[in-house]
Amino acid sequence: MTISFLLLAAITIIGTAAAMTLKNLVHCVLALSLGLVGLAALYMQLGAQFVGFTQILVYVGAVAILAAFAIMMTRSADPAVSHVVSSFRASGALIAILVFAVLAWATISGTSAQPILTAAPESSVGQVGAALMHRFVLPLEVIGLLLTAALIGAGILAMDEHRGNQNRGTR
Amino acid sequence: MTGHLVTLDQIFVVIKHWLLGFVPGALQPISSAILSVVPVVIAFPLLFAITTVLERKGLGRMQNRYGPNRAGWFGILQPMADGIKSLTKEDIVPKTADQLVHFLAPVVMVIASFLVYAVVPIGRNMVIADLNAGVLFFFAIGSMVELSVFMAGWSSHSKYSLLGAMRAIAQMISYEMPLVLASVVVIMAAGSLSTVTIVNMQAGYTGIWPHWYLFTPWGIIGFVIFMIAATAESNRCPFDMPEGESEIIAGYFIEYSGFKFALFFLAEYLGMFATSAMAITFFLGGWSAPFSFLTWIPSYFWFFAKLLTIICAFIWVRGTLPRLRMDQLMNFAWKFMLPLSLINIVGAGIWHFMPAGFTRWGVVSLLLALSCVLLSRGLRRNKWFHVRTYRFAS
Amino acid sequence: MSQLSGYLLLSAFLFSIGLAGALTRRNAILVLIGIELMLNAANLNFIAFWRYGPHPEALTGVMFAIFSISVAAAEAAVGLSIILAVYRHSRTTDLDKLNSMKG
Repeated sequence: MTISFLLLAAITIIGTAAAMTLKNLVHCVLALSLGLVGLAALYMQLGAQFVGFTQILVYVGAVAILAAFAIMMTRSADPAVSHVVSSFRASGALIAILVFAVLAWATISGTSAQPILTAAPESSVGQVGAALMHRFVLPLEVIGLLLTAALIGAGILAMDEHRGNQNRGTR
Repeated sequence: MTGHLVTLDQIFVVIKHWLLGFVPGALQPISSAILSVVPVVIAFPLLFAITTVLERKGLGRMQNRYGPNRAGWFGILQPMADGIKSLTKEDIVPKTADQLVHFLAPVVMVIASFLVYAVVPIGRNMVIADLNAGVLFFFAIGSMVELSVFMAGWSSHSKYSLLGAMRAIAQMISYEMPLVLASVVVIMAAGSLSTVTIVNMQAGYTGIWPHWYLFTPWGIIGFVIFMIAATAESNRCPFDMPEGESEIIAGYFIEYSGFKFALFFLAEYLGMFATSAMAITFFLGGWSAPFSFLTWIPSYFWFFAKLLTIICAFIWVRGTLPRLRMDQLMNFAWKFMLPLSLINIVGAGIWHFMPAGFTRWGVVSLLLALSCVLLSRGLRRNKWFHVRTYRFAS
Repeated sequence: MSQLSGYLLLSAFLFSIGLAGALTRRNAILVLIGIELMLNAANLNFIAFWRYGPHPEALTGVMFAIFSISVAAAEAAVGLSIILAVYRHSRTTDLDKLNSMKG
């Protein structure tokens, strides 16, 4: 349990806990970005540099901004009129605590027996690229199709139908 | 190269190793990091100061007037005057603004803008961090700038700043795709994501001509796409709709005054320098000299010469072209630049697999020229040119 | 407690934070953010097992994490556009109010 792991874990936990408990939604999104940057730093500490940078590029650079835009457009940034937690808060929190208890018990009883002392594996970007092109080429193509479908689907779902009908015909 | 010329080229590296000799062994890694970082942190803000004067005088001359010429000999001390002014101005924060986010937005932007310089190779053996995934690091940190733009626009709780921030983010996201795709061609050709490897692959010469990626058909198109996308990413004219000075006054940093405004200015210019530095690394051969008989001039001189040329080109474009409207901007990005950069990748692939000679030049150039012409025709097809009638014209 | 169990405990904690947020928050966008957090916790699990498990040269954990990030991004985009479409129809993102199928 090195000091850098504890520091990064603290940053991640603070960020994600704030993301789920704050009242102001835009603060939630910004705290989520902090938590995701902490996670990316943890990935880099584990030796997966490519995944860490991809996490920053995709999550912080795109998903967080998308969530912020959605908050703007659905006017959720205005102060809340009622409670921010729904009426099922007690059972929801209980379920989450139970899940954490089960996972923690499984982790501690399963892995603390043997200390693992393998050397740090090297994952250069070239190896990742070679793996993508040889062993994982089918998932790569399927991901391409999935992303295309998601792009088209998101565009159609969010399109304003009223204005879409107006645009046909005259300009 | 002879011994003295090698020393002149590597003089900063030699100075750094000499200074490291004075440091005890335990502190060596951190002192090495500090000694690498400090020159960059000094050099690029200095370049920023020079650029502000250069830009104002250049724009002034293009608009048939003098630029600032009061502050020193030909206005050379103007950045100092500007710095003192912004440091001593009152820092006004609106009462309904979100104080913490309002404070953090320029900080995050400046941090992100400074961080990207870690992977730029300024000279031979002169890079702060030779990362295995250097190019990915550059784009990842560059995408954090958009988050800080949103923070700045939203925290001021003012309609103009929010509108400017939304426009700025939409523009930045749209132009990030052609930017990344234009660099994918270079990564394909060099076979690595490390900036040092990319520059080393371009540092050879055949005869007197360098191996720069600019001197290939896909390189020329890639360079043009990259430069246009870089102009849009830094919100420079003709893409400065988000900070349109005549419309929404200053866009997303309208509620900032004093030093925070200067920090935004600094971050924007640093971003411009960083994308220019990456364009030099990708297409113009980094620190390598243009002709083989000029390699005796030090490598960092060539880097900064190329950087200054690109900055002058940015200033020239700012003084020449009118501003693009938002829908023109978006159409241009999605309907022209993105398909062209994808076809550029196909062209570079064809180039890689054909044998060297005039055939591959002809095939790839024909493919790219044809796609340019067809895409620009497609862009124009939806326009409806009305005859404008002005009601009160005589 | 070894290094691996430290990472796994952190991942379990992040998962339960995301689950708590997804189950208790009222706004639909925050439920989506909770789901994204759960996906991230699973990614951390994959990378930790890749690092400390057998055969790290096969890069399986890294690959799975990369694909998981892509799928999560696509899902976030589609989910947020669904929320926008629902908002346009019923003018609210409050999940307690969106409890009837009548359109």
